[in-house]
Amino acid sequence: MQKQIVIEPVTRIEGHAKITIQLADDGSVADANISVTQFRGFEKFVIGRPFYEMPSLTARTCGICPVSHLIAASKACDQILSVRIPETANKLRRILNLGQWIQSHALNFFHLSSPDLLLGMDEEPARRNIFRVMEVEPEKARDGIRLRAFGQTVIETLAGKRIHPAWVVPGGVSEPLSAAGRDKLLAMIPEAKAIALRTLRWFKQSLSQYQEYVRTFANFPSLFLGLVDPNGKLEHYHGRIRVMDAAGKIVADQLDPLDYQSYIGEAIEPWTFLKFPYYKPAGYPEGIYRVGPLARLNIATQTGMPLADEELAEFHDLERGAVLSSFYYHYARLIEILYAIEQIERLLSDPAILRKDVRATGGVNHDEGIGMSEAPRGMLLHHYKVDENGLVTWANLIIASGHNNLAMNRGVLQVARHYINGTKLSEGMLNRVEAVVRAFDPCLACSTHALGQMQMEIALLGPDGALLDRLTSV
Amino acid sequence: MSPVPITAEPVKTFKIDGQDVSARETESILQAARAHNIDIPTLCHLEGLSSTGACRLCMVEIKGSNKLLPACVTRVQEGIEVVTNSERLVKYRRMIMELIFSERNHVCAVCVVNGHCELQSTAQKLGMDHVRYPYLNPQLDVDASHERFAIDHNRCILCTRCVRVCDEIETAHTWDVMGRGIGSKVITDFNQPWGESETCTRCGKCVNVCPTGALFEKGKSVAEMAKQRQFLPYLVSRREAMIE
Repeated sequence: MQKQIVIEPVTRIEGHAKITIQLADDGSVADANISVTQFRGFEKFVIGRPFYEMPSLTARTCGICPVSHLIAASKACDQILSVRIPETANKLRRILNLGQWIQSHALNFFHLSSPDLLLGMDEEPARRNIFRVMEVEPEKARDGIRLRAFGQTVIETLAGKRIHPAWVVPGGVSEPLSAAGRDKLLAMIPEAKAIALRTLRWFKQSLSQYQEYVRTFANFPSLFLGLVDPNGKLEHYHGRIRVMDAAGKIVADQLDPLDYQSYIGEAIEPWTFLKFPYYKPAGYPEGIYRVGPLARLNIATQTGMPLADEELAEFHDLERGAVLSSFYYHYARLIEILYAIEQIERLLSDPAILRKDVRATGGVNHDEGIGMSEAPRGMLLHHYKVDENGLVTWANLIIASGHNNLAMNRGVLQVARHYINGTKLSEGMLNRVEAVVRAFDPCLACSTHALGQMQMEIALLGPDGALLDRLTSV
Repeated sequence: MSPVPITAEPVKTFKIDGQDVSARETESILQAARAHNIDIPTLCHLEGLSSTGACRLCMVEIKGSNKLLPACVTRVQEGIEVVTNSERLVKYRRMIMELIFSERNHVCAVCVVNGHCELQSTAQKLGMDHVRYPYLNPQLDVDASHERFAIDHNRCILCTRCVRVCDEIETAHTWDVMGRGIGSKVITDFNQPWGESETCTRCGKCVNVCPTGALFEKGKSVAEMAKQRQFLPYLVSRREAMIE
């Protein structure tokens, strides 16, 4: 008899989601998908608003990544102004974006995913959380909290507050950085760097015990997309798109983000509010690609930072072509944290970072703007059109978790096939299915520009759609 | 030049909140209260402009009368006993704020005047912590056709400060009110786009007297617009001196 398992809500992710697993008559997994269950409509309700509001309006998509949206939105608005952004403002925005990477990566790795890694996938759900980690591995929990605090302090020092600052504005930033602020952040760097290094060391040492997850967590060939600088180095703020295939071959390079519509398509499926972007030259769904830490480190030849470059070389040695297992998103996140800390240190050490000219002004000099940056989860794109008075007439946002949608779905199917057999459900089994989603660190609130609490649910349905079993988050 | 004649204007003595006060007979209860450091909340009133009694926040009680009277347009009288802060008034004032908030689309978090807004600070002062009425969520437009300024009707509370300052101080009378009741709307000239107004002098007084983010300077981001109103009493006093 055919059956269906539904995991709803999926826990320890950002946003609402549901996993549906379809079982074949023999009890094996026939199909599986993750659907995002809420709708928000940002692209619609921003219409008619002055473009100057767009950074703050779109930042409200998410309380975790407001900074990423501020940056992509402001970059789109910069193009509407058609002014040259002061170099110091660009550097300050870079630091802010890196602070965002650190706090978000630390949140995913320590707060959301480390319970699976440290306590085991089969730990009782009520104890499989950061509080239990604090009890059994207090130093690691403390490291996670300190690291995230560093990222948040970077954001607060530059932008005035940690969540929903309004400091990044079209044309630059609203306030220069003070010497006291710079010194405060520089003083925090050694501790942050030490935490990043010892976490990487520990993670690499424990990799041997995670080999099963490495094999089964969304480990399949796909394309990888991300921004690189003109020399192919890791880039997170400006840059152009590089496309790499599973063999590690660069299939397209230095694509202009402004032309994204010529190479990125967005498909729609009836069962989810999340769209399916794909690489147009390869078609749908063959144009499946991944973005985010794993993709960025795959496509980058170097990071440009000494410690992170050593780690990147080791990372590239994991596989002969591109690193394909999505379990390595965790690994990539740790390397990126190290990169971000080194990069922040370098940017802050430049005396020009304190310059007071941080904002260019202008009116509506162009009727369209496209801003692309690397959010913690991958490429983030904001595209606006405005009328002659600067009121928004059309908007399109493509969010990192959206780019990964096809890959997440395939990953869920893969891991479900590996761990679920027959109609007997164990909680640990289903947690592995959720954990593959967590590896992508999807921000579903952002990706559907959706609203709600952060949880997920699994249900088991018979072929007639009757509910056979259901597991919900604690 | 002849010296300015000193007119002996009759003085009235009365009580506000039990306190003995005196004021010239042409003064309003609001003026008398403020002269004696007694606070009465207002939104549409602005020192230097005529009073209209539009917002009703300054309503007070007068002993012996059941009617509530707007302090900004009610003249003082001999022997009256004014109450500014009864339980009933506090309740009604909060209700008025809730009605204002439910009428149009006030979203502080993404507003240019967040943190510098009279509507926001008055709501806080009056202890409005939620709105009990259903939001009407009207679809209103933004007129950004003016070179320097824009008006977002979503944030307009129809206080008519812009209309009065434009008429009484700038004497351009670009602004006026169109429609009735809840369908009212401030307009420029004959309801033309602001950018096409032939009377607007681009002085910006309306923007600076606006208590909310309805009128704002283009190019300002969230929370960046703080209104400058120092000019108003100065202009008024200079004008009075010239007339005299």
